[in-house]
Amino acid sequence: MIANYGYTDGSGEYYISINTSFCAECQTHPCISACPQGVFEMITDDYDEPACSVKDSFRKKLNYTCSTCKPARKSSESPLFLPCVQACVNRAIKHTW
Amino acid sequence: MILDFPQLISQWETLPVHVFTAHEKGEILTIGAGTASGAVSGAIQGTASGAVTEHWKWPEQSNVDLSMDWKKAARITAGIDVGSVSSQAVVLLDGKLYAWSSVRTGSSSPDSALKALNQALKNTDLTLEKIPYVVGTGYGRVNVPFAKKTITEIACHARGANYMGGGTIRTILDMGGQDCKAIHCDEKGKVTNFLMNDKCAAGTGRGMEVLADLLRIPIQEIGPLSLKVEEEPPPVSSVCVVFAKTEAIGLLKSGWPVEKVLASYCLAMAERVTALLNRIGVEKDFFITGGIAKNIGVVKRIERILGISALNSALDSQIAGALGAALFANALLEKEERGKS
Repeated sequence: MIANYGYTDGSGEYYISINTSFCAECQTHPCISACPQGVFEMITDDYDEPACSVKDSFRKKLNYTCSTCKPARKSSESPLFLPCVQACVNRAIKHTW
Repeated sequence: MILDFPQLISQWETLPVHVFTAHEKGEILTIGAGTASGAVSGAIQGTASGAVTEHWKWPEQSNVDLSMDWKKAARITAGIDVGSVSSQAVVLLDGKLYAWSSVRTGSSSPDSALKALNQALKNTDLTLEKIPYVVGTGYGRVNVPFAKKTITEIACHARGANYMGGGTIRTILDMGGQDCKAIHCDEKGKVTNFLMNDKCAAGTGRGMEVLADLLRIPIQEIGPLSLKVEEEPPPVSSVCVVFAKTEAIGLLKSGWPVEKVLASYCLAMAERVTALLNRIGVEKDFFITGGIAKNIGVVKRIERILGISALNSALDSQIAGALGAALFANALLEKEERGKS
């Protein structure tokens, strides 16, 4: 399942997209500890499968929460520079902005 | 603050107040708000007509299939969807729809859940105690005291839409009371992709209720009225409920007929939700759930923008979440029974 967490507001679209079909195979879940803001958590989804998710408390302020990691990434650089994206070996995490 | 009469008169035009009138049993009949003069005149107008009509209030509904006998059913399950604006209950007998209801959510989620279930069962002798598995879903799902399990409304709407529209449905748009969800599902109704915008009430049922109240038009008539324009007006520039309301007042004052204002608002709402849908893409077949699916003015405009038609269902689109929850309950109870044997 592809889960999109985030929002659209007047300034743009701020979604973190997670392909949770990789989470069941993943044993270590490095994305959880990679995020300096602690945005991610492991949950059991509605189909009783383990899934990485964005914590409820962050879903409406991702633009601000993730801003600490964003300035270091210049637009010409690879999005892999983001710690969460880099940590997931399956490349299951994407940011829309 | 309580003022004596001379004080009230001296501050008549500027004092912000609420004025209530009540009959002899103490029940509030009318409410006026604003400046002192406006509030009193509003309350008096309300009293003169007996009670203030609340145009946003959509009718509560329930239905039971009396051709089915719950006493013969091997599995009785229920799903309760406690939304921010409405609550639904669905009761299944062996996975088949038996009874359902849709009521307005009150200030207490547990009470609303119970009210919805009681409404669904009102013409039967089936009671909550005889339902072994209840699944709660929706905004207030954690506050359904008699639910054995809670499941997100995203999964429940997909499952419910799959039952209502068939296994060919791949894209679901749920337009709820205070949020909007775009969902992709497989042939079994399992979610494969979803996107939710719950940051503001734009493009939701609550926005439509605010507009109904502002224009004093029953909410059920907004859709058909909005289609009575000869030429489609531009959408209101802001779909933020607060700003759209202000803009609608401005448009009415500038001479726009009510139908044109409604068309403008419905179009803005349709554009807003299609932008959400386009983020994940639209695959055939397409289905709309939630209260706004009953607003033909919004649905027709969504269909025009997307270039595809939404599938119709004989069932009420608003019960999709509760229906999905009841289907989950049925599957979970079956699994539980298999585990025991």
